[in-house]
Amino acid sequence: MNARELREQFPILQQQVNGHPLVYLDNAATSQKPRAVLDAVSRYYEFSNSNVHRGVHTLGSRATDAYEGARERVARFIGAGSTQEIIFTRGTTTALNLVAASYAREACGEGDEIVLTPMEHHSNLIPWQQVAKATGAVLRYIPLQSDGTIRIEDVEATITDRTKVVSVMYVSNVLGVINPIKEITEIAHRHGAVMVVDGAQSTPHLKVDVRELDCDFYAFSGHKMCGPTGIGVLYGKKHLLERMEPVEFGGEMIDHVDLYDSTWKELPWKFEGGTPIIAGAVGLAAAIDFLEEIGMDAIDQHEKTLAAYAFDRLSTIEGISLYGPTSGRVGLITFNLGDVHPHDVATVLDAEGIAVRAGHHCCQPLMRWLEVTATARASFYLYNDEADVDALVDGLLKTKEFFGHAIG
Amino acid sequence: MQLDDLYRRVIMDHYKNPRNRGSMEEDAVTVNLNNPTCGDRISLQMQLQDGIVKQAKFTGEGCSISLSSASMMTDAVKGKTYEEALEMAERFSSLMQGEPVEFDYEELEALSGVSKFPARIKCATLAWNALRKGIEHDGQNG
Repeated sequence: MNARELREQFPILQQQVNGHPLVYLDNAATSQKPRAVLDAVSRYYEFSNSNVHRGVHTLGSRATDAYEGARERVARFIGAGSTQEIIFTRGTTTALNLVAASYAREACGEGDEIVLTPMEHHSNLIPWQQVAKATGAVLRYIPLQSDGTIRIEDVEATITDRTKVVSVMYVSNVLGVINPIKEITEIAHRHGAVMVVDGAQSTPHLKVDVRELDCDFYAFSGHKMCGPTGIGVLYGKKHLLERMEPVEFGGEMIDHVDLYDSTWKELPWKFEGGTPIIAGAVGLAAAIDFLEEIGMDAIDQHEKTLAAYAFDRLSTIEGISLYGPTSGRVGLITFNLGDVHPHDVATVLDAEGIAVRAGHHCCQPLMRWLEVTATARASFYLYNDEADVDALVDGLLKTKEFFGHAIG
Repeated sequence: MQLDDLYRRVIMDHYKNPRNRGSMEEDAVTVNLNNPTCGDRISLQMQLQDGIVKQAKFTGEGCSISLSSASMMTDAVKGKTYEEALEMAERFSSLMQGEPVEFDYEELEALSGVSKFPARIKCATLAWNALRKGIEHDGQNG
């Protein structure tokens, strides 16, 4: 694949920022959208927009076909067995909250355990804290090695027969580490626990097969994988989703409504109260088409090569701290430049047209584990190449010089 | 966008040599605030007496803008009445909106460049929000 050629399909990346060509390295926060996705969304609004599952008219059928077609597209993309296992949500956060509020609140009782890791994003941490508070369940954490990786023996030691839920991110948005989800799932199942996977950072970058992983729930967002904001997915095994209660009630999700009681539609619609995110689903399907045409394995390979190049080049900068393991990581690098605060790093880089993230990355417990208040992060995607890494390195050298003179 | 507009020499001087950094032993009002978007935090301690800010000190972690702003603020409000200090905080907010504002503590005007960097305004206002909170709290109790 050719990153430079692909970049031409992204209108937003053709601009100058602060007098420099934009170098967009904040893809772990959100990715940019190719022309094909933008067109799919506007075509939907221009030709098909209507509400789904109710209109008898032509547009109603078109919108329903587009929406349910997107569900099929998603099911194929992640290897789900059936469209009944694909629930559209607002994003990863909503998907994880659904599992916590519906499945976990029922499944957990006093003294039961929910197993997490200290590297979790707030969205895969706080919903479980709330479940623990409401049910009396206890949170337990799989410890991290000094490079941020997880050892299987520690997983074995943390998950017990009291564990009802294990929820782990597939790929860390800070450390770049890829967690051994399949092995963790196997251990969780041996103890009768369900396995929940936060796939926000894995789905855009790696080939994912939920049946191969054998996880029970898998959540991800469209906007980090070339799709629109406001659309995400919860995959769940059918037999679990079937026994779960909806958490949102209203139109669209009902079967029969009486004055005093109601019944729900079958899967997946019982979890999709209200007018669904139709255009978002259409955009997500277009994003999946776009990614699969390039090939998920090619994207994965490209980013790993780029990450290795970036790791090597950034390591040469004196005074830089790089976080996470040196190998087995995805295309993102979290760092600090000496004593220069990451906000200041990001502002100087921005003046050079380089967009990076600075802050706690929604991982405050992990920041404390790293013993920092904040970090800077450069995260790559299919349209980034070595020239972007070179621009980043030049920008960081300028930052050092600027702050060296200013405060040195 | 000129970096020198943001990182003026006087700002860098306050960042490198913060005034009033530390904590107080005496009976002081303490306000802990953080910037939830980045994890920066400030702990502001003030000795408030007879409606006057007698002394102000701070500890915390933050970027050049948040720390230099805290350094200047603690210097600027010392000896001011609550009213004067709150009025100064008000004027600082106007400064962050890009309005031309003058201060008798002139070094504060160096932070005017922050208004051109919208993402950094929260950094500059953190210490001032702590000031407001501390005085309002004391006003309610006193």
